[in-house]
Amino acid sequence: MKGAEKAVPAISTDDFIKGLWRENPVFVQVLGMCPVLAVSNSAINALAMGLATSFVLVLSNTLVSLLRHGVPRQVRIATFILIIASFVTVVDYLIQAVSLELHRALGAFISLIVVNCLILGRAEAFASKQSVSRSFLDGLGMGLGFTLALLCLGAVREILGSGALFGVALFPAGFQPWTVMILPSGGFFTLGLWLLFFNYLRVRKPAVREAVPGGTP
Amino acid sequence: MSGESLWSIFLNASLVNNFVLAYFLGICPFLGVSGKLATATRMGAAVCFVMLVSSLCAYGIHRLLVAIEAPYLQLIAYIVVIASTVQLVEMFIRKMSPALFRALGIFLPLITTNCAILGLALFQTNKGYTLVQSLVYALGAGAGFTLALVLMAGIREKLELAAVPDAVQGTALTLMIAGILSLAFMGFAGLGA
Repeated sequence: MKGAEKAVPAISTDDFIKGLWRENPVFVQVLGMCPVLAVSNSAINALAMGLATSFVLVLSNTLVSLLRHGVPRQVRIATFILIIASFVTVVDYLIQAVSLELHRALGAFISLIVVNCLILGRAEAFASKQSVSRSFLDGLGMGLGFTLALLCLGAVREILGSGALFGVALFPAGFQPWTVMILPSGGFFTLGLWLLFFNYLRVRKPAVREAVPGGTP
Repeated sequence: MSGESLWSIFLNASLVNNFVLAYFLGICPFLGVSGKLATATRMGAAVCFVMLVSSLCAYGIHRLLVAIEAPYLQLIAYIVVIASTVQLVEMFIRKMSPALFRALGIFLPLITTNCAILGLALFQTNKGYTLVQSLVYALGAGAGFTLALVLMAGIREKLELAAVPDAVQGTALTLMIAGILSLAFMGFAGLGA
């Protein structure tokens, strides 16, 4: 894996970086919306969901890439889904073992990582055609980009909706929280505003998205 | 939970906890296929149909997995069965009613990756519904999905005629409308309790 990485260093770095900003799965490709909206009502939930998805994404990308010569084209989608479903089951039990409270907060959305179009999309569009090391980096980059986007959303919603960040109160007692922000409609509004912000950057000065490497504005 | 009346299950799934606007399930088709009213209606019908069939299957699998004591296979079994059900339904409709098949078109295969279907299977298992309750729940969820999709398509058709700034075009605008719709649906809270 290290050797292949050294052979094509420029491409490998790019495989990792592109998921963070230029092809950010949430803000640019608009993939995997369901979990993004559903579990971003607090920063800690967003972080946990992002990490769980990244874990599945990295492992499924690696395994799909390893098996890419052995799987017949006709059954490839079914195979990918089976691989993803197995890793999601692992994550489900893992989270249950680490924190039962978190497992309850995320609920069915851990199982629903299976149908996150981002993971199947990367398996089909990237991992089934590329080397193991590149697929690994691609999964890592996309996973981190996804986590970053979830955190952007979760932080805004938690600060406005409950006046706290990662459970730590930020405002004096007189602060009246915008309860609507942690309700479903707040999710739609926050994501809509983030997308609007990114569209605005793109429409206004196209050079900006190349110059800023991270997702935090 | 399983003592709920059928009517309250239906109201709950379709309005109070609308799958799209309260649970965020099936957002991809909601954003993608809600451009035109006609396609939105067909997509809704297709989802309703697949929901009913997969709800039936999920109930059977759950019983089977409980019987052989293998709950860790739940997720894998559900996704495999949903994918193959969609395939079977597609073949069956093509054979039995070519007109319906043409009307549903590309939407049928796309439904496999619609998280609302898998979500429905998982929720009905978690809530411990009986067979009839599961079917009513699936019907309500499908009706709610169709309602949200049709409302959205109607609004977007009107918006075509409005002058919108460049930066707001596309998904950003759709999401904000969804937010307002979701606010409106919050008014149903407490109904049928």
